[in-house]
Amino acid sequence: MSDTFKPEIIAFCCHYTIYNFARDLQGLTKSGFPENVKIEKVSCSGRVARVHLLRTLEEGADGVYVVGCEEEKCHNGAGSRRAKKRSEYVKDVLLQLGMEPERTEMFFMPRGDEAKFIDIAREMVEKIKALGPSPLRGK
Amino acid sequence: MIVAERKPIQEILSMISGLRKILILGCKGCVTVCSAGSEREVMILATIIRMGRKKKDEPIELVERTLVRQCDPEFIDQLSDSIGQFDAVLSMACGVGVNFLADRYPKTIALPAVNTKFYGVAEEQGVWSERCAGCGDCILNLTGGLCPVARCSKGLFNGPCGGSVNGKCEINPDINCVWQLIYDRLKGLNQLDKLDEILPVKDWGVSSHGGPRKIVREDLKI
Repeated sequence: MSDTFKPEIIAFCCHYTIYNFARDLQGLTKSGFPENVKIEKVSCSGRVARVHLLRTLEEGADGVYVVGCEEEKCHNGAGSRRAKKRSEYVKDVLLQLGMEPERTEMFFMPRGDEAKFIDIAREMVEKIKALGPSPLRGK
Repeated sequence: MIVAERKPIQEILSMISGLRKILILGCKGCVTVCSAGSEREVMILATIIRMGRKKKDEPIELVERTLVRQCDPEFIDQLSDSIGQFDAVLSMACGVGVNFLADRYPKTIALPAVNTKFYGVAEEQGVWSERCAGCGDCILNLTGGLCPVARCSKGLFNGPCGGSVNGKCEINPDINCVWQLIYDRLKGLNQLDKLDEILPVKDWGVSSHGGPRKIVREDLKI
């Protein structure tokens, strides 16, 4: 894929997971968070519904992912496990539509781990770059 | 409740191929309880369909609506003013809803978005299983409240077949042998004597073998 391709990626992030650095987006960018990943903060990753992920892709995003609390340490009990299930549902939908399921992912992350948060975003950017633009982009 | 499950996406896309304006119609009855055809599932299916059609460069106009029930005239008739504008209605109700749409609107294409499976219960969140076959002549008073018509793989009426092993069905070891369950339950209720009664050959005429069924309650008719 061309190096000029700059994927549009949306990250739904649990408030509790990113609480300590989410207010300083400029600082986050300076630390290496990719500019082409847009953060959508949610009160809990369990709040992210299947339709949120699907609509994000429908609207032309090249990738969408969810970041939530560690599986067994979710602030709200089962929120991040629910998010994982919904991400898997959307992966199956993408597969059935002949699209790459890797365009959506769920990541569990220790609370406040900024370095890991940045790594996840970079990983997603590289993955989507390799896939190329979404077939729904611009349509 | 009636339990249903959404059809595979490609089957739905194939069904609506070439159609340009569709009403996706959910139902707030059974299919909402079993998460097959609720308002939320209508939103999800509409998004999936738009994605599928965008991918093929064949945009589609979708209208989303969910009725209280699709099996009652007072609700299905709410569509009468607007239904003419659609190429088809893709119903997320059970088969009853699709049939009733077809009955009430002869000029409208009525399509099923779900497969209607059975009358069942929610065992836990996300798991449903069959309990009643709607056979038309209930004998649950004789079987401890557990139905051999719906829950015995062979529909046996007078005890288990020879294939019941450790309380499991020989057809599928994930299924409990309902006759084992019936025996255990009646024993617990001190009603094992009920099993002495030999059930006669069932009259399937009151089931679907007798053709489409109908109930008329003169006391309720206006």
